[in-house]
Amino acid sequence: MTSAAATRLPRRRRPGWVDSFLLAVRIAAIVLLIWGIAGTVVKGINGEGPTGEAWRDLVVAGIAQGAMYGLIALGYSMVYGVLGFINFAHGEVFMSGGMVGFFVANYLWDIRFWDTNFVLSILLVLASSILASTLVAVIVERVAYRPLRDAPRLIPLITSIGISFFLQYTFAGLFGVAVKNYPPPPDYLRARIGFLDLEIEGTKLAVIVVAVVTMVALYLFVEKTRTGRSIRAVAEDKEIAALMGINVDRTIVATFAVGGAMAGVAGTLWALLFRGVSFITGFLPGIKAFTAAVLGGIGNLGGAMAGGVLLGLFEGVGPQLVLAGFGIPGVSQLKDVVAFTALVLVLIFKPSGLFGERLAAEDRA
Amino acid sequence: MEAGRTVLEFRDVHTHYGPVHILKGVDLTIHEGQIVCLLGGNASGKTTTLRTILGMVTPTAGEVVIDGEVTNGWRTAAVVARGVSMVPENRRLFKRMTVKENLEIGAYLRADDFTADYERVLEMFPVLKDRLAQRAGTLSGGEQQMVAVGRALMARPRVLLMDEPSMGLAPVLVAQNFDIIRQINEAGTTVFVVEQNANMALSIADYGYVLQTGRIVLSGTGRELLANPEMRQAYLGEVG
Repeated sequence: MTSAAATRLPRRRRPGWVDSFLLAVRIAAIVLLIWGIAGTVVKGINGEGPTGEAWRDLVVAGIAQGAMYGLIALGYSMVYGVLGFINFAHGEVFMSGGMVGFFVANYLWDIRFWDTNFVLSILLVLASSILASTLVAVIVERVAYRPLRDAPRLIPLITSIGISFFLQYTFAGLFGVAVKNYPPPPDYLRARIGFLDLEIEGTKLAVIVVAVVTMVALYLFVEKTRTGRSIRAVAEDKEIAALMGINVDRTIVATFAVGGAMAGVAGTLWALLFRGVSFITGFLPGIKAFTAAVLGGIGNLGGAMAGGVLLGLFEGVGPQLVLAGFGIPGVSQLKDVVAFTALVLVLIFKPSGLFGERLAAEDRA
Repeated sequence: MEAGRTVLEFRDVHTHYGPVHILKGVDLTIHEGQIVCLLGGNASGKTTTLRTILGMVTPTAGEVVIDGEVTNGWRTAAVVARGVSMVPENRRLFKRMTVKENLEIGAYLRADDFTADYERVLEMFPVLKDRLAQRAGTLSGGEQQMVAVGRALMARPRVLLMDEPSMGLAPVLVAQNFDIIRQINEAGTTVFVVEQNANMALSIADYGYVLQTGRIVLSGTGRELLANPEMRQAYLGEVG
């Protein structure tokens, strides 16, 4: 007991040049951030730059997109929690849902059901998207990851990159490379809707509401149900979970299924926000969602969702808020730069992510 | 306690870990209602013996018999459903779950009402009553041991396996721990304890086995082993 306690004490060492360098980077980051924001504020006072209404739209768009990232991020985080590797094919799980949802939507449009009965239509699209993503996630686990259960963690990681390409080009081969556009949502959803004194574009409001409801449902599932409890148990200690009589394999399948279902919901939300899907649709949102999961502290479900929303906000507001202050032209093109810079900054300041409780070493040695 | 029928038996069990031969023909018999201890130093195969009972290790030869049924190759869950549960070495609680969740998960396989066992555990360890909503990782070592024992009891096992229960506990807690083992046994549960602390284990055991590099080298009742000169020299810290 004493030896265990002793090793847990942080080892004191003299700060080296790396520490000084990191400190300099931190200070520089803060200075640049404040400088950029100050520049934007000065511009705003001079009556240049976006109006208050434009800012509000940026925030809402950021939250909506971030909520979608958050839903995808949950899948990365849950699989990491249970198996300890990043499933890079998860972006394609999301894309599968969006793609299959498109075919259902298109069919409903062709039989003129979409415009007469939009709510039912979108629910059907949502259901098919969830089904497709869940199925793809579960099949990938069964075929590609389960045989590698005892392999070093780098191997399923590399496999997941292979699966990612396999799924992309399977969809490209089956359905072509062209972008497929969902039928337009009805006018009332595209219009602005009054909500708590705010006027929000209907689709964005719908996206935010659906994401919140899904997240609450997931929370209740993980905390309150028997399967949820076994997922937590397996994430913490597989051997002891088995000792309790939990079927570890089945629990891992459940984890992939739930993560897939979340990605399926995100697939439909993507359709509401952007309408266009193609075989490559999963790539960038996948990487962004992975970023969001790391940002929030990987393995932590609340963190994944918060990380998603934050990343969406950084992306939505960051370019205008920080970069425009330096007088950089065309800043909205730079949202990906801002998103990934935000990731680097968060990791410099807090390596375990914003809500990460512990660093990997303790649990995953 | 009076020895009843055989609940757990090893018949010439061999196990391998890769090319390494761990258990080399182990024979064990545990009767219902007994406390049996398995002693041995590091790397003698003690933990492997427990893992073999639970189906986490499959014997390469020989038979593991639980309640008259050969269980070689069974999944752990199936063995647990048969009425075997374990208090693992170093307790291994689910640290991020609450104490209550840890106890409840012990009854994971039970379809019947386990409230009676839950109350019995809290009666046995009244300290835990105030800790139920707390995360298990925040408890002291002694309290964690209580939760680990409670968690195993929630399955209402007929055979309770304990892997080094005194490891990492203060001496006063070790004594308490053995009291509890006796108490559990008196309530009708067969107990199989794996220990390095030979004196303490033998003082409560009906029967003991000594394992050395994968072979049983000595066995006998607790009293016999305590009196055995070879035993005293090798394991009980007596010189000469």
